Amino acid sequence: MTLWHIVLLASIACVAIKLAGYAIPASWLENPATARTADLLTVALLAALIAVQTLGTGQQLVVDARVPALAVAGLLYWLRAPFLVVVIAAAAVAAVLRLWTGMA
Amino acid sequence: MTAEPRAARSPLQVATRQGVAVGVATAAYGVSFGALAVAAGLDVWQACVLSLVMFTGGSQFALVGVLASGGAAAGSTAIASAVLLGVRNAAYGMRMKPVVGVSGWWRTVAAAWVTIDESTAVALAQDDPEARKRGFWVTGIIVYVGWNLTTLLGALIGDLMGDTRAYGLDAAAAAAFLGLIWPRLRSHQTIAVASAAAVIAAALTPVVAPGVPVIAAAVVAVVFGLTNWLGAPRRKASLS
Repeated sequence: MTLWHIVLLASIACVAIKLAGYAIPASWLENPATARTADLLTVALLAALIAVQTLGTGQQLVVDARVPALAVAGLLYWLRAPFLVVVIAAAAVAAVLRLWTGMA
Repeated sequence: MTAEPRAARSPLQVATRQGVAVGVATAAYGVSFGALAVAAGLDVWQACVLSLVMFTGGSQFALVGVLASGGAAAGSTAIASAVLLGVRNAAYGMRMKPVVGVSGWWRTVAAAWVTIDESTAVALAQDDPEARKRGFWVTGIIVYVGWNLTTLLGALIGDLMGDTRAYGLDAAAAAAFLGLIWPRLRSHQTIAVASAAAVIAAALTPVVAPGVPVIAAAVVAVVFGLTNWLGAPRRKASLS
């Protein structure tokens, strides 16, 4: 698959899911187990992405400047800082650590 | 600020104001998506197509996140991550169908296209049926236009940056995901699911192909979802 195939396939699939929501009967989600699983799916995938994004480098686990950056991000969200401020702050922490301490 | 009394605002005006506020705030972080997409190896056009067509932030960040670690070889797992994260939009669609009350296929397609976290949230925050409809469309349209403009801007900036690690963009990606999950971490169940998923994904990273750890972590959601482990004993599991 080329990057274009990946981009187009994933995009079309996500639009199809949205359309399906308007096409399938509402009773499908009335089952609490189904509704709960759909909800928790989002949480599980995002958490997994955070772990891989923070510790993964290819197939290796690495502790580098991303870890303190994520810790700062967590602290800022806890202090109710806006999304964009937190994302920029996290990038700045990692960038400064790499520049000044030579951290990977 | 004018001394406009609160009571003078109609429910429609309130919905419009909320939609504009949420729309502008959300659209602003399209810049980070555009820059991260380019850092992951996509070109500016591919980043823009994702925002124009896929148009659901979590899935977009997930796709470029997996591509960043595994490249095009991780294509199928990248697609699967994006699709699984998009499943909640189907749930939103079912919820929004009676709210939007659309008739005609092109309006339904337009409504489905802009059915995302933000448009659903603003619509459901209103009490009046007309205000719900207004909130949905105002938020959806402003986020759509803004998100696409800022994606283009971010992609162009990312293109000029060169080595994006030097600017900490890889850390920005993790921070962005943390922001998306943060409002949902309000119950023991969601915190347990998030922790277990993160541990499983990290543990699997050295042993399986890039992208697979994220998909594998979805099993945690299925187990907790079906058993309602650590969930509220009765009624709905959580308000997240």
